[in-house]
Amino acid sequence: MSASSQDNALQTSGIMRAMIYALLIFFVIYYLLPLWIMIANSLKPLEEIHSGDMLAPPRSITFEPWRSAWSTTQVGVEATGLRPYFINSILMVVPAVVLSTFLGALNGYVLTKWQFRGANLVFGLMLLACFIPFQIVLIPMARILGMLGLAGTIPGLVMVHTIYGLGFTTLFFRNYYAAFPTELVRAAQIDGASFFQVFWRILVPSSGPIIVVTIIWQFTNVWNDFLFGASFSSYDSTPITVALNNLVNSSTGVKEYNVHFAGAILAALPTLIVYIVSGRYFVRGLMAGAVKG
Amino acid sequence: MRDRLQEWVPRIVLAPSFAAIVIFVYGFILYTGWLSLTDSRMLPNNEFIGLANYEKLFGLRHWNVALKNLFIFGTLYIVISSALGLFLAILLDQQIRNEGFIRTVYLYPMAISFIVTGVAWKWFLDPGIGLQNTMHQWGWQSFEFTWIKDRNLAIYTIVIAAIWQSSGYVMAMFLAGLRGVDNEVIKAAQVDGASGFLIYRRIIIPMMRPVFLSAFVVLTHLAIKSYDLIVAMTGGGPGRATEMPATFMYSYTFTRNQMGVGASSAIIMLIMIFSIIVPYLYSEIRAGRDKK
Repeated sequence: MSASSQDNALQTSGIMRAMIYALLIFFVIYYLLPLWIMIANSLKPLEEIHSGDMLAPPRSITFEPWRSAWSTTQVGVEATGLRPYFINSILMVVPAVVLSTFLGALNGYVLTKWQFRGANLVFGLMLLACFIPFQIVLIPMARILGMLGLAGTIPGLVMVHTIYGLGFTTLFFRNYYAAFPTELVRAAQIDGASFFQVFWRILVPSSGPIIVVTIIWQFTNVWNDFLFGASFSSYDSTPITVALNNLVNSSTGVKEYNVHFAGAILAALPTLIVYIVSGRYFVRGLMAGAVKG
Repeated sequence: MRDRLQEWVPRIVLAPSFAAIVIFVYGFILYTGWLSLTDSRMLPNNEFIGLANYEKLFGLRHWNVALKNLFIFGTLYIVISSALGLFLAILLDQQIRNEGFIRTVYLYPMAISFIVTGVAWKWFLDPGIGLQNTMHQWGWQSFEFTWIKDRNLAIYTIVIAAIWQSSGYVMAMFLAGLRGVDNEVIKAAQVDGASGFLIYRRIIIPMMRPVFLSAFVVLTHLAIKSYDLIVAMTGGGPGRATEMPATFMYSYTFTRNQMGVGASSAIIMLIMIFSIIVPYLYSEIRAGRDKK
């Protein structure tokens, strides 16, 4: 999304422009509202939420809900806070992102620079795989994970996320490498460079932006996943999204709204930080996900 | 010898990924399809019963509620997200100061898990502590907003949260489209004395047809897959009032031990998505090839 041509702007009067800005600001508030609610109420004591106004800033700030959400609140049967689940998510996300990005780069390289018969069919099948409803694979995947001895483990989740991420990572790298001059690759080959030498010395060094796009895309998707986590994790491999849902929707005990909000922010923080730091690349991934071919 | 090997390396490199997709996507689709034709309950079994599961599925009240909810949710979600996205994109395309900041704010919900935003919306819409209570505090004693607890209206609270989450994404798609519009066309229309409103209505918005199509495809496929947000906000309740196909599939397969019926509902979801995605991808790839 470049800001190249800005000349479509209407020729508008001052009043009109003021209205446009007012609307834009209204929507800024609208989009920030849930985030504000979470932050403000995560800093209030529980009585203040019960008796008070959810939109108001906290009258007496307390960090106790954050401490509780992180390390002491009851999640499921154990009073461990969300910390162990946060760690599970990290242990799941890092290998899944690295593996699927690396394989996607290799696939994109093969599909664009080593044309062979059937390459388009291969790509078409991988592309279509991006859009399946994952409900369709839950039953057989549960069986296969059981057979491999990976049921309810973090390596099992890494495998699932790597496989179902391949379609998108391959798509990203394929479209990027399609625009990379094939002559450079051919010239290197004539000089005797092997398949992997071409990949590591010529393509990878110029793949910076697409690697960032892919890593952010995969990181966001895997971190935010709920369905696979809920289906294939067990007590000691539960990712943070599932743990958060267990915390908020548990039917026992007092509902500690402030702890729920603090926990929700904790679960959102990693992807939110990545988005704020490198939103441009995140948007590129989203756009590539919408406009294919 | 070395050259022969070099010829095979690319295929060997691609093979594991391709095999994984063939087995774990297409093989699994076939397997689930097979299970939908069997009498599987808690565990898969191979007793063939034809289309009995599908007959049973479409006779189930829960499934029909799920389809009706998907229809209500999908229609409102697609129409309102597209309209809001286009509206915001047009506003943002008027040489706005701080455009980058505003865009970042409009789009951040897409970076967050539906479970997280579900928590915020669940409690904000909760009559006891959320919006209703807040309005009472502000002195508007008669204000009532109990949709999330109301069997007939709870589905609309899911719509509200889902639009909040995805409309920024649609905005970004339209903004990219608007930035691609040729200035000359607009200048010519302005010379002819067309008003700004007319230029948008007659010239620019009709040129956004491909973006409408992309947005429609993306939003439809997200609507059919909706699962996390429902689990986080209502858990499918009150009662089963916000059941959707994705939550139906999960509960019939894993908690009600009706795997055959669950598998058949997954197949129906797949058919719904593929009937939109396959023609779209096919035309996109063909258009891409024609350009070259």
